[in-house]
Amino acid sequence: MRWPKILRLRLRSLTSRRQVEDELDEELRYHFDREMDENLAAGMSRDEARWAALRSVGGLEQRKEECRDMRGLNLIDNSLQDIRFALRQLRKNLGFTLTAILLLALGMGASVAIFAFVDATLIKPLPYKDPAQLVGVFETVPLFPRSNLSYPDYLDWKKMNKVFQSLDAYDQRGFILTTAAGAEPVRAARVTDGFFRTLGVSPVLGRDFFSGEDLPSAHRAVLLSYGAWQKRFSGKPEVVGQVVTLDGEPSTIIGVLPREFHFAPAEPAEFWSALHPGGGCDLRRSCHSLYGVARLKEGVSIQTALADVKVIAKQLETQYPDSNRDQGATVASLAEVITGDIRPILLVLLGGSGLLLLIAGVNAANLLLVRAESRRREMAVRSALGASKGRLVRQFVTEGLVLVAAGSALGLAISWWTMQLLTRLVPENLLLRMPFLIGLSLNPRVLAFAGEIAAMALILFTVTPAFHLSFGQTREGLADGSRGSAGTSWRRLGSKLVVLELATAVVLLVGAGLLGKSLYSLLRVDIGFRPDQLVTLQLAAPKAAYEKDEQAIVLQRELVRRIEAIPGVTSVGVTTSLPVSGNGNTTWFRVIGRPWHGEHNEVPERDVSAGYFTALGAKLIRGRFFTEAEDGSKPSVAIINQAMARKYFPNEDPLGQHLTYLSDPPKPIEIVGIVDDIKEGPLEVATVPALYIPFNQSASRFFGLVVRTAQAEQQLLPAVTSAIREFDPGIVTAQGATMTTRINNSPSAYMHRSSAWLVGGFALLALLLGVVGLYGVVAYSVSQRTREIGLRMALGAQPGSVYQLILKEAGSLTAFGVVIGLVCSTGAATLIRGLLFGVKTWDVQTLAGVAVVLGVASMLASFIPARRAASVNPVEALRAE
Amino acid sequence: MSKPTDLVQGTLDMLILKVIALEPMHGWAIAQRIRQMSGEVLQVGQGALYPALHKLEQSAWITSEWAVSDNGRRAKYYTLTEAGREVLAHETAQWERLAAAISLIVRTA
Repeated sequence: MRWPKILRLRLRSLTSRRQVEDELDEELRYHFDREMDENLAAGMSRDEARWAALRSVGGLEQRKEECRDMRGLNLIDNSLQDIRFALRQLRKNLGFTLTAILLLALGMGASVAIFAFVDATLIKPLPYKDPAQLVGVFETVPLFPRSNLSYPDYLDWKKMNKVFQSLDAYDQRGFILTTAAGAEPVRAARVTDGFFRTLGVSPVLGRDFFSGEDLPSAHRAVLLSYGAWQKRFSGKPEVVGQVVTLDGEPSTIIGVLPREFHFAPAEPAEFWSALHPGGGCDLRRSCHSLYGVARLKEGVSIQTALADVKVIAKQLETQYPDSNRDQGATVASLAEVITGDIRPILLVLLGGSGLLLLIAGVNAANLLLVRAESRRREMAVRSALGASKGRLVRQFVTEGLVLVAAGSALGLAISWWTMQLLTRLVPENLLLRMPFLIGLSLNPRVLAFAGEIAAMALILFTVTPAFHLSFGQTREGLADGSRGSAGTSWRRLGSKLVVLELATAVVLLVGAGLLGKSLYSLLRVDIGFRPDQLVTLQLAAPKAAYEKDEQAIVLQRELVRRIEAIPGVTSVGVTTSLPVSGNGNTTWFRVIGRPWHGEHNEVPERDVSAGYFTALGAKLIRGRFFTEAEDGSKPSVAIINQAMARKYFPNEDPLGQHLTYLSDPPKPIEIVGIVDDIKEGPLEVATVPALYIPFNQSASRFFGLVVRTAQAEQQLLPAVTSAIREFDPGIVTAQGATMTTRINNSPSAYMHRSSAWLVGGFALLALLLGVVGLYGVVAYSVSQRTREIGLRMALGAQPGSVYQLILKEAGSLTAFGVVIGLVCSTGAATLIRGLLFGVKTWDVQTLAGVAVVLGVASMLASFIPARRAASVNPVEALRAE
Repeated sequence: MSKPTDLVQGTLDMLILKVIALEPMHGWAIAQRIRQMSGEVLQVGQGALYPALHKLEQSAWITSEWAVSDNGRRAKYYTLTEAGREVLAHETAQWERLAAAISLIVRTA
């Protein structure tokens, strides 16, 4: 009851200033008059009475001030005055103010933006129930440390394991959706019935899959992603129960998944269909098409789970030696499966932005020191006039607060803008696979991080000058001659800070150099074909019309013929998997005529058309390419790459040798050619042995097209798509892009490029800040030594020797910074070696280049103050004191 | 003497509260009353009185209103509030205990 009243009183004191003042005045005057009346009554003369009253009052103004104090007005008044004074001071020194604000904003903007990515990827929990209990389950083969499960293996693991509450499987695939407008490719995932229960996700609308609903006998059911529900069905609730046609099969929509749900390994998926194993692959134990996800039992660690699945894999290996030889098993936390690839890059970027923040902070501290130094006399005067030390410190705190508030506001704006920019720069195909990055924002965690930076900055901005103040005796500040000695002490500290800045800049520059060089070598890696003037496209033909091999062969021939007829097209090829995508789709084989004890010979297999290698521009090493006539009626043939020739035929001629799949009886395939290694997998992965089979002997209704043109490749794509549509509107196409774009946007190229650019940006800023810091120190030193320099020149020193004097000082600072920086950067490079490609951690070229760049930049920066020093007029310099 | 340095810290507040507990009063009258009641021993100058009054008002132990005084001029009258009354009772009890304790020591010595 008392507090509201107090608050009202305080507010009144504040808002009705005039009235409160008047009342105070009237109240005290009343007292004064009564006092006077009393004195008059006691028989004093009028003057005497007045004086006596005044004496007893003892100064009206002072009394008023005391009353104001009691009303708590002064605290507010003083703070306002402090802020006004701070603003005036900061405005008077606009250069300092803007630089300090900009430094803070830059450092904060970069690190907060990067932190937002780190938060979204590594800190924010995945949108599942108890995500820490979830693991990804894989088989392993020599070629892939994490390979797929086959459906029969999955069923056995599910039955035999003792460590999972539940184990489910998923795969990612494209479906053809039949719509009113025709056929459309859609991204989809197939999951086993318990998949969403394992994740602990329930649909927001409709229901989850029933147990057993994923079996071939069950009616087909699909769940919609929230996005698909909004986009394709305008968010109508009646969608549940509706039937859609996916790959020619009617499927019932049974529900809609939550908006925040995402599952990166299967994204981007609009339709989540129950598995329905079938077709040529799913039911074979040797065909691996699924990934596993499991929830660990209470108290079971990943290690225990790993040991358990390894035992199962061993058992299956003994039980099914034909299909499971060398099929191991592995388990990893789901968070690691989802974000493992991008984690090291994010940590490097976080480290980079941290270093930038450090350098910005050190620069700001240096700036504050110079300013405190130049205000030494102001502070001395104010303290001589009676300002207490506390009052002076409060002034610094107020100035710091104003600077930090402005810097943080600008920093947050920069970070928000950077986040938007960086997300926009991620190629769409990659962003869709990193759904956790969508909707990046300044959430409370990110804001708290920004708050921590602001708090540290505030401490830096207030403690530095306050510390400086208590360091030197304020009284000395008034004495003229003391300036030199105080300047020296500052110069020593400032120099140390500059060395720290330069060393940090070196570390960032070396990091950027190494990452840049990695990117360069990555993009120049030998891919075995000419990527320019190539257009690529992925297509899927409807099952009803093209399921049989003959139908697919006709399709291939017809499409190649029609596309070749497009003006400008020089050659067209077909492959089951486009290059620079992955080493998947493998096959097992053995060489006929050699003893075989069930060795696991696994290589990627690509079924390609006769014109494929020509269209790609791949080089034939020996033998011949396929011919269009080679189909099922002709003897089976194959082309191998050089890696395969080296690995499997080290001392003999592969041409004329016969391979066979692990079929019984063996079906010989003659090797007719050796082609130069084509990069089928990611750019940074060494090319593995690969086997090429004629498309016409192993046809498929899903394949990729490569089209070589003599003209600009961008304009070709629409013509190719319309030629396909003209042939059969039921065929859907996707991922149309030029080969160059495809390579540049491939995950590994993108990851390397973004880290190189970002760290490069940080390094440039760091270089700029470091050099500006050096300039500040040297320029200040020159201004402090003007008299000394004047004296030297008066005694006969030549401008050359003055240059030498100044440049030597700058040079030794730079040398220290560079040496310390180089030592630290070899350490830092070891930390990022996982991201380096084709470059050593101690790449001499990079290290030397950085040293030269920093040296030249530093000399340029110190040349300006050196020239000022050399042009000092000795007479004026001496007279000035 | 304008500042009652001989007044024990905090007792001025109690005296003011006590004096206006009887009836609303303006500052000058409060000073006079304290002087009279203390047998001319305690002289409260305005240097101490008014800051104390303003502080008590800010603490909501007393309220003020303007009214015409005995000499026909407007004066600011202070009244004790409910909260002030509680504080006064508490302070008085404290004071009595303290005074009794001190006099006990002083007499025996």
